[in-house]
Amino acid sequence: MRSDGRASRWLRLAAFGGLAFLHVPLLIIVLYAFTTEDKTYQFPPPGLTLHWFEVAWSRADIREALWLSLQVAASATAAALVLGTMAAAAMARARFFGREAVTLAMILPIALPGIVTGIALLSAIKLAEVEPSFWTIVTGHATFCVVVVYNNALARFRRIPRSLIEASMDLGADGFQTFRYVVLPQLATALLAGGMLAFALSFDEIIVTTFTAGHERTLPIWFMNELFRPRDRPVTNVVAVAVILVTAVPILLAYRATRDDADAGGRNG
Amino acid sequence: MEFVRVSRRYGSVHAIEELSFRVADGEFFSMLGPSGSGKTTTLRLIAGFEQPSTGSILIHGREAAGVPPYERDVNTVFQDYALFPHMNVADNVAYGLMVKKVARAERLRQAEAMLELVKLGGFGRRRPGELSGGQRQRVALARALINHPRVLLLDEPLGALDLKLREAMQSELKALQRRLGITFIFVTHDQGEALSMSDRVAVFRHGRIEQIDTPRGLYEAPATAFVATFVGTSNVVEGGVAERLLGRAGAFSIRPERIAVSTPEAAPAADAVALDGRVVDIQYLGAHSRFEVEVAGSGRLTALVPSYGAPAAPLPGVGAPARLSWPRAAMHVLDGGEGA
Repeated sequence: MRSDGRASRWLRLAAFGGLAFLHVPLLIIVLYAFTTEDKTYQFPPPGLTLHWFEVAWSRADIREALWLSLQVAASATAAALVLGTMAAAAMARARFFGREAVTLAMILPIALPGIVTGIALLSAIKLAEVEPSFWTIVTGHATFCVVVVYNNALARFRRIPRSLIEASMDLGADGFQTFRYVVLPQLATALLAGGMLAFALSFDEIIVTTFTAGHERTLPIWFMNELFRPRDRPVTNVVAVAVILVTAVPILLAYRATRDDADAGGRNG
Repeated sequence: MEFVRVSRRYGSVHAIEELSFRVADGEFFSMLGPSGSGKTTTLRLIAGFEQPSTGSILIHGREAAGVPPYERDVNTVFQDYALFPHMNVADNVAYGLMVKKVARAERLRQAEAMLELVKLGGFGRRRPGELSGGQRQRVALARALINHPRVLLLDEPLGALDLKLREAMQSELKALQRRLGITFIFVTHDQGEALSMSDRVAVFRHGRIEQIDTPRGLYEAPATAFVATFVGTSNVVEGGVAERLLGRAGAFSIRPERIAVSTPEAAPAADAVALDGRVVDIQYLGAHSRFEVEVAGSGRLTALVPSYGAPAAPLPGVGAPARLSWPRAAMHVLDGGEGA
């Protein structure tokens, strides 16, 4: 039993080491958002201040980039919710020749390297003679956001017993009413989780965005530019803290939504 | 409700084949058969979840093929109950009224009345997940009845309940059906259930109906060897022994409780036939003892001997020679020779 105890102690140490390796840099980013020193990453920081939050908030370029990113993420998520749900609804029940190929084609955008998707979209945009703009960014993001929603919705569709849908029709509900009163409430937490993940993915996406953005600057692109032209370093950290909050919170909520769902079988509506 | 030469095929497989029957208004009609015999497909055709490949289904004289489930005056109690997990009991029961846009207060009042009918008054605010199997069963029943269908379809609704509860629900369902006066079409693989509740029973096998009759008719005059053995237990005697006893080629069935067991010395009654064999096993069942008797040329026959009021003549023990006898009239000649 002694050797077991030691092994588990080593294991625990390794686990904590791994977690520290992942999270300490994040803590440093957060810490330097409050430092009074604005040129170097001096440790420990000579003093703490909230000054940089004020500076960041007053800068129009940051506000515009943040606003653009939020709009892009919201639009891409909305498109993904509609398209992903419809695709999942079609695929959940259907059996047809080439079904597996269609499934692969649905999943592929998230498996492909972003740089390939980016180049492909850029050439498509050029071919179609469309000016890169807000909507080209949204389209680019939707390619992988759809996958996230689709996967979540498909898993849930498969768990809805067919007899529930039949019972609804049997009691006099047409297809639309059945979707509205039975299917949608069953899907709700899955869509919420998929939507929040999609939102977080879109919000910090940079590779595909670089190719499709044109002159628009989303927050991640603003970041990249800022690293090459440093000005008020702590301001970058302040924005990083904001990004962490905007992406981490939805992901945590999404996790909670699907976890509760596994316990209680979808208590909503 | 009438089926006219209805078939349903999946690819090359016939789920049901050339089915024709008629169910009268207000009848308690059971469809009995082993799994895969086509009884559930038949129910789904009536509900409208499936469409016939050929033939015609008439519901109250109106052609039902092509009519979607939500336009049929027929409701279903599902095998898994299919209660909506995200709604409470009252909203589940009121669902049929909600989709018809009945005002909320009115539909909840009717739902409560329905819950009273199935003895679940006051359960409206609970979630389906908080109910026992028997209670969910009643909710499913209340929900199916709220639209006042003229035909209620029940798909093995008692299958998931334990024995005591199942027996209680059987008599309750029967009472409910008498009270409402609507047609019940009941699918089951349990022959006891079918016999105890039904006005008539259709016995399904391989997508066809072997026999439609009253429970008594099925039991006393089974048309085929399959019906004889599927409905209750029965001895089917074929071959040379049957030919000798019937005086012609064929097969007959004889119920175990009609067979008298005695030692070979006992003289059979005047109008009785007798077979001699050897007792292989005796099982004491309380009210009866079951004798398994090996008869040369016809295999093993089962006889039920009442424990009380039995004849004073001594009974053979295990391994002893025995004489089986029964009144000639108790033999029932079967159509066709195909065994079950």
